[in-house]
Amino acid sequence: MLKCSLDKINLIFAEISKTAKLYLPVDDIDKSAVYKKWEVGMNWSDALNTVRSPKDFFFPQMENLMEFKTEGKNIEVIDTRSETEDFVIFGVRACDVKSFEILDRVFLAEPVDSYYASRREKGIIVSTACSKPAETCFCKTFGISPEEPLGDVSTWKTENEIFFKANTKKGEALLEKIKAFTEDCDKSAVNEQKEKICRVTSKLPLKDLTTDAFGGGKTENFFDNPAWDELSQACLGCGTCTFVCPTCQCYDIKDFNTGNGVIRFRCWDSCMYSDFTKMAHGNNRLTQKERFRQRFMHKLVYYPENNEGVFSCVGCGRCLAKCPISMNIVKVMKKIGGSDK
Amino acid sequence: MQVNERKPLIVAFCCNWCSYAGADLAGNNRLNYPADVKIIRVPCSCRVNPMFVLRAFQRGADGVIICGCHPGDCHYTSGNYYTRRRMAALFSMLNYLGIEKERTRVEWVSAAEGAKFAATMNDFAQKVAALGENKRLEDLRCKR
Amino acid sequence: MQKITQNQLIDKAVSLLENGSVSAVLGWHKGEFGYDVTPAVFKTKEDLKENFVYSDFCGVNFSKYLVSKTDRFDGKILVFLKPCDTYSFNQLLTEHRFDREKVYAVGIPCEGMADISKIKNITGEGISEIKEDGQNLLVTTIYEDKPVSVPVNDVLLERCVNCKSKKHVAYDELLGEEGDVIDSQRFDEVAKIEAMTPDERFEFWQNELSRCIRCNACRDACPACTCEKCVFDNPSSGVENKAPANSFEEKMFHIIRAYHVAGRCTDCGECSRVCPQNIPLHLLNRKFIKDMNEFYGEYQAGEDVGSRAPLVDYTQDDLEPGEVFDRRDTDA
Repeated sequence: MLKCSLDKINLIFAEISKTAKLYLPVDDIDKSAVYKKWEVGMNWSDALNTVRSPKDFFFPQMENLMEFKTEGKNIEVIDTRSETEDFVIFGVRACDVKSFEILDRVFLAEPVDSYYASRREKGIIVSTACSKPAETCFCKTFGISPEEPLGDVSTWKTENEIFFKANTKKGEALLEKIKAFTEDCDKSAVNEQKEKICRVTSKLPLKDLTTDAFGGGKTENFFDNPAWDELSQACLGCGTCTFVCPTCQCYDIKDFNTGNGVIRFRCWDSCMYSDFTKMAHGNNRLTQKERFRQRFMHKLVYYPENNEGVFSCVGCGRCLAKCPISMNIVKVMKKIGGSDK
Repeated sequence: MQVNERKPLIVAFCCNWCSYAGADLAGNNRLNYPADVKIIRVPCSCRVNPMFVLRAFQRGADGVIICGCHPGDCHYTSGNYYTRRRMAALFSMLNYLGIEKERTRVEWVSAAEGAKFAATMNDFAQKVAALGENKRLEDLRCKR
Repeated sequence: MQKITQNQLIDKAVSLLENGSVSAVLGWHKGEFGYDVTPAVFKTKEDLKENFVYSDFCGVNFSKYLVSKTDRFDGKILVFLKPCDTYSFNQLLTEHRFDREKVYAVGIPCEGMADISKIKNITGEGISEIKEDGQNLLVTTIYEDKPVSVPVNDVLLERCVNCKSKKHVAYDELLGEEGDVIDSQRFDEVAKIEAMTPDERFEFWQNELSRCIRCNACRDACPACTCEKCVFDNPSSGVENKAPANSFEEKMFHIIRAYHVAGRCTDCGECSRVCPQNIPLHLLNRKFIKDMNEFYGEYQAGEDVGSRAPLVDYTQDDLEPGEVFDRRDTDA
């Protein structure tokens, strides 16, 4: 366990930036937090979490896969990938760290997505325990401990100090680099901080939410539930929930005609959109109710079915905060899971 | 002397009944106007959707000009009146977003005004050239 | 604190349901934390008594829901409309987007709605309860024992700060008192941007629009955006884009979105309210409104049913597109 005074945190950022790109939540123009590449003068945001999740670093909203150029009768296929450099994402919350594992199960399963895999390899995750969770937080529902975040390095922030603990070889190497700014310490202060966090999380309004009713193989329990009509009736069909979600992983692959070639790119897709998974015969989900149901069934039933019971929600609360009509997974779980009493 | 002087690419949407014929007349009269003016013939100036203007910029245009019959002379009675309002709103919005106002223009050119057509295009091309390359409404993907 | 209480609205809804004048009620359903209300259709007295809310957080404009909901019921549907909602209501009627015969509109006064993100800037996260106390909101968080008192007027939604009208322009029945059209300062911010240099304007919008995540919430919440198939969703349109690929596409989406509702936009402010990135989208729409007021005379969309919007109208001596810049010498 290492510690450092928070006054010196910018020196640590500067040191890390020397060898790797450092991304950090900073205050955006609307007072929310956003990940930005650290530069001198930037300060670590005090906000609980960023509006956009850090999944962007491994699975960006839009990325070029390849390019085609034609000359006469020849088609040239160009690999547009550039070698990515090492990068560090600082201040990731426990829920978002867990989201990477959920994405891994999709992108690193055979056949491995090499675009995702290479970025995952180069990325170093420094997590931070949540000292002030919001009312919308419910990560404990999915067995995540906000007081004990994972990642390559875990950190705890107290009033004046920050504590570091390496969890992996990558993490150890990173701590080695900033050794000059830190000193050894025992675990007592961190344990105290953890207890403090646990006392707070026991007061959260969503602390009693459980996933007991859900899981793989339970499609029939919920699919024809009449409550879907009521739950989805106000859904606007926008993609806010899916685009702020750290675990939503659907994408679309499209071609862009540049006039002198074609760029094949992929971009996030949303199951809330009317053209989601549209095929030659048309669309297989014709109403917003079906699209809405797909999103929650995927998170609570289909995904666990294929992934040893792991749910594809981490309780970060972004969709609770951002949905224009305030319909969200918590309301769905309470209603169809039968705990809405 | 600059050898590789960059010439601006200009897209001109010309109405079929007046301005396109005006361009023809300019050609018949051997009047010069820059070869970098690419004419797109439209049935009426009001056929030009704001999206066309944006798309022209996306695809590499440095300036976009819309030419139609003089107000009152529209082949379809009132098409160019609508164009006038639509483009006033669009150009004002583009300017609001910080895009140079000299890059967009609406001009009324009749079938008899070959000289006006050539003069307009020369003038417009010169103004756009002075601004240089369109950087604020460009799509880099279309420029490689 | 709203002038009309939740119970008054419930009583009204129950009586109309019971005497058979309406078969369903479009209202606000309570949420988890006191501020996260969801639009919902209520059909029974019990449901209304248990779940219907009307508070300082009922900002959702119901007018657009009438487009999809009126066909679903045999009888009439009761809808509660705040003054600004009535403008959208009229505008949708002008465009024949729903059947007026199937709607029973009850106008309700509005004292302005609160913006939860502004409240959180004051109280911080962790809100466990919000109570109304006169002109203040008593906000309790899990971190403090005592509630924090926040004046509602300090945390109003942007659109309510610049409220344009407390007058209902359409209703079958009005609860409470009728208000007046307000001489608002809503164009001040637009004028401020107009006064910038082109470089500053470009930078301002570049900063704002680059934060767009293309969730389409602004479009989907907009009561003027009621196309069956939007060009941006339609692969055959040639301009479909699901992600903001670069700064061009960000701008194109937002210019076209605002342009397509120009003249029809009632300035209800839903676009900015729903934006997860808090981009001031209303400033694009207001620019069009301001321009058209200046170029073609004052026009308020939705003020009546059936009037022609400026962009589908003309006069013989309208301003030339080149002249619009001369009127306002902003680049001097």
